[in-house]
Amino acid sequence: MTVENASVSIKNLDLSFGAVKVLQNLNLDIVDGEFLVLLGSSGCGKSTLLNVIAGLLEPTDGQIWIKGKNVTWAEPSERGIGMVFQSYALYPQMTVEGNLTFGLRNARVPKDEIKRRVARAAEILQIEPLLKRKPGALSGGQRQRVAIGRALVRDVDVFLFDEPLSNLDAKLRADLRVELKLLHNNLENTMIYVTHDQVEAMTLADRIAIMKGGKIMQLGTPAEIYGTPQNKYVADFIGSPSMTFYDGTVDGTVMKIEGHDLPLGAYQFTNRPGPGTPATIGIRPEHVMTGDNLRSAPYQTDITVDLVEPMGSDTLIYCHLAGQPFRFRMDGSAVVRKGERITIGIDPARASIFDKDTEERL
Amino acid sequence: MTMTDSRPDAGRSAVTRRPMRLFRNLSSKLALMPLIFTAVVIFLGGTIWTIVYSFTSSGLLPRLNWDGLSQYERLWSSRKWIVSIENLAIYGFFSLIGTLVVGFTLAALLDRKIRGEAVFRSIFLYPFALSFIVTGLVWQWILNPELGLQNVVREWGWTSFNFDPLNNPEIVMFGLLIAGLWQGTGLIMCIMLAGLRGIDEDIWKAARVDGIGTVKTYIRIIIPMMRPVFVTSLVLIGAGIVKLYDLVVAQTSGGPGISSEVPAKYVMTAMFGGQNLGQGFAASTMMLVMVFIILIPWAYLEFGGRKNG
Amino acid sequence: MADIGILAATKSAEHPVYRMIDGPRGAKPKNRFSRANIIVYGTLFVVALYYALPLYVMIVTSLKGLPEIRVGNIFAPPLEVTFQPWVKAWQEACTGINCDGLSRGFWNSVRILIPSLILSVAIASINGYALSMWKFRGSEVFFTILMIGAFIPYQVMLYPIVILLREAGLYGSLTGLVLVHVAFGMPINTLLFRNYFASIPEELFKAARVDGAGFWAIFFRIMLPMSLPIFVVAVIIQVTGIWNDFLFGVTYISSPDRYPMTVQLNNIVNSVQGVKEYNVNMAATLLTGLVPLVIYFASGKLFVRGIAAGAVKG
Repeated sequence: MTVENASVSIKNLDLSFGAVKVLQNLNLDIVDGEFLVLLGSSGCGKSTLLNVIAGLLEPTDGQIWIKGKNVTWAEPSERGIGMVFQSYALYPQMTVEGNLTFGLRNARVPKDEIKRRVARAAEILQIEPLLKRKPGALSGGQRQRVAIGRALVRDVDVFLFDEPLSNLDAKLRADLRVELKLLHNNLENTMIYVTHDQVEAMTLADRIAIMKGGKIMQLGTPAEIYGTPQNKYVADFIGSPSMTFYDGTVDGTVMKIEGHDLPLGAYQFTNRPGPGTPATIGIRPEHVMTGDNLRSAPYQTDITVDLVEPMGSDTLIYCHLAGQPFRFRMDGSAVVRKGERITIGIDPARASIFDKDTEERL
Repeated sequence: MTMTDSRPDAGRSAVTRRPMRLFRNLSSKLALMPLIFTAVVIFLGGTIWTIVYSFTSSGLLPRLNWDGLSQYERLWSSRKWIVSIENLAIYGFFSLIGTLVVGFTLAALLDRKIRGEAVFRSIFLYPFALSFIVTGLVWQWILNPELGLQNVVREWGWTSFNFDPLNNPEIVMFGLLIAGLWQGTGLIMCIMLAGLRGIDEDIWKAARVDGIGTVKTYIRIIIPMMRPVFVTSLVLIGAGIVKLYDLVVAQTSGGPGISSEVPAKYVMTAMFGGQNLGQGFAASTMMLVMVFIILIPWAYLEFGGRKNG
Repeated sequence: MADIGILAATKSAEHPVYRMIDGPRGAKPKNRFSRANIIVYGTLFVVALYYALPLYVMIVTSLKGLPEIRVGNIFAPPLEVTFQPWVKAWQEACTGINCDGLSRGFWNSVRILIPSLILSVAIASINGYALSMWKFRGSEVFFTILMIGAFIPYQVMLYPIVILLREAGLYGSLTGLVLVHVAFGMPINTLLFRNYFASIPEELFKAARVDGAGFWAIFFRIMLPMSLPIFVVAVIIQVTGIWNDFLFGVTYISSPDRYPMTVQLNNIVNSVQGVKEYNVNMAATLLTGLVPLVIYFASGKLFVRGIAAGAVKG
């Protein structure tokens, strides 16, 4: 990808506060109209990166390009971005309309143009009845709509979202998530979205960048991130409950872990390791087969049920496998009791194998 | 404000205007000019100036004729200065203990969810709104031996009652202390009350379930939890004690004789009364040293300890 | 006791069997005159007397005639109320130099207070805003020096300021004293505003920057409208502080004509000439204390909040 068709392009970005390196030699190109999610646990640098893109933090080194312009030293308001914050950050003493128009008035946009843009944003977000109210009189969901509206009226190419749904309750969050997706489909703007919630990331993103320690661990579509995590960190981070990992060795077409030899016939190696390579295999709870599906499983074994956790739609089973705790997911209608012995099947082709030392995918 | 350089591979050096370091955030720097002037010229500069001139023989006017430590030698051989220091030590010790004990006790009593808390609080705190001059003059009047408190108690029948601190060199500092505590304990009570209110309600619930008595809960659990509040109070009281001046001027004028002199008053007399600037500078430098003796352990505990922890 | 629990769980409260059982039920009765309550209220009441007494003594003494004071008891209410001492304190009391009462000092204090108040609150609010939202290399250093300066005894800096004011031709004038008040009020008020602005969500500031607002636009259009309560607190701190000042007034005002009220009050009461007129003295003392007392009783909780904010975080 070249800078021309990139909407936002980050080149060799470094940011340190004193001796602490928050972002390290970061490179990222975001395509025009793409919905990119920056995902990671707190302190991974995702919000910092967003603030650097917005111009609210200065990088130590490197460049930011937006729409083919180097904006590294430009003011936030000059960058052609709109931003939506976690705490909404609405100006409490201004009406909704005042909030929406503050930036336009600062930029001395003509009055009728302001009117037109506010009307359009209010219509898209269905906040027309709220325009004369103060933020204090709005619910959380309404406030966040206004905050999105404030970005919308700026008529910009790039929207930045900093955990915009985190302050909302679970139901509202799910509703607004869908609305955001629809908004993106309508506007086709570039959107960069920071979150620590993997459900938001998986549902919203065209591509996800998983960050850790100021570096991008993997950049890919949700399916790639989920199906072929590039390293153990990503594998562990994505999926709930997360993968169970077993240390062992890869020997040709067999992965040896304590007491079990898993056949690797169908596993797509990225780079095939030599015989006896120490490796780690990660198995997702939802990829364990039981009951009728067992027939297609390349490997079967018996376990004793330690604990049953019914979740409604499905049921989590806790047990021990190869000397360590193991859990897997069954259909919610399955009837299993503690102490029962059942047969489970594992398909190593759907598992992920990592080099034990580098923790990179094999 | 357009970015002119849009070549995809433009080198880092080729990019437009990086503002000069000095002019970045310029509005903020200009807005802070009064602060910078006050901090650097008045506070820092003034302090250094006084310390430097305390080593000179300045009299009526400040002059840079070096005189070594002789101002300090004269200071410490002055009877009035020694009395001032002793007085400050007595006042400081009892004021510190008294303010902390009274302030905490009142705060704890007010924290017992009592009726009329607001009324009691206003009564305890209003003296803090008054100046030391007003405080000193009122208590001078109340402690007036012929017409004040002593006279009233004698009229009530206790004819041998004797309480005349303002005319008795032995206890004059306690006369000042009564007024000082009256003026200042309300502040500490308020701070302590804020501290008590900041303590998690669940602590009280846990202590109640464990069957620990109220007084014991305060002593064993609450007070240790309020360490930062006590430290703040200590610093405030300490800084106030060293500055003690107006109260003495109004209530006793340093008398009887020199028996209620304090360092701040010594400085003022030397500088503006006695045309003896060098003495004033040396004495005020000693006051600065006293403050540092109070502040350094605190600063060490507050900031030094945190780095290790 | 266990069977009560079972009964309560199984039978409704109206059930006759339940009512027949004796034992604790409902709210535990409280004894308003318990020993603990007597100790708590007793202590508070006695201590409240100690705090309230001086104000009471000031008021009653100022309303008595001199003969009544000489024979009577300072705690006794006036037999014959007279406002003569108040009139005299305001118009005629002598400082030893002139005899036109405290009114002169009052107006001097007003002329010192108003510009000091406006300047110091304006500067402190801008300081607090700049220090919390527009930090630059070194800004924290200057702030630290300022805060350490708050602990330095004033006596250390008095004389250098005399020199600075003399160089500026302001020594002895009210303007000079105003500047001194602005400088010495700066640490506490800057701290107050800095802590307040630091508590405003940073995202609000970021949003305003994305909206293209600069240093002054954010200050005047976003931050100021949000910070009315803290301005009230700062005004309370400054009014009481400046009104109650004695040291700076006595140091930087060269002519008794321009002395602030506290200095004049002290000169009136502690002047050695003539007969001591205790009633006039107390009226004068009350008059001097009136401004901060009115502020105190009018502001109520904000005063408490002000000193708590200034002190606990300091």
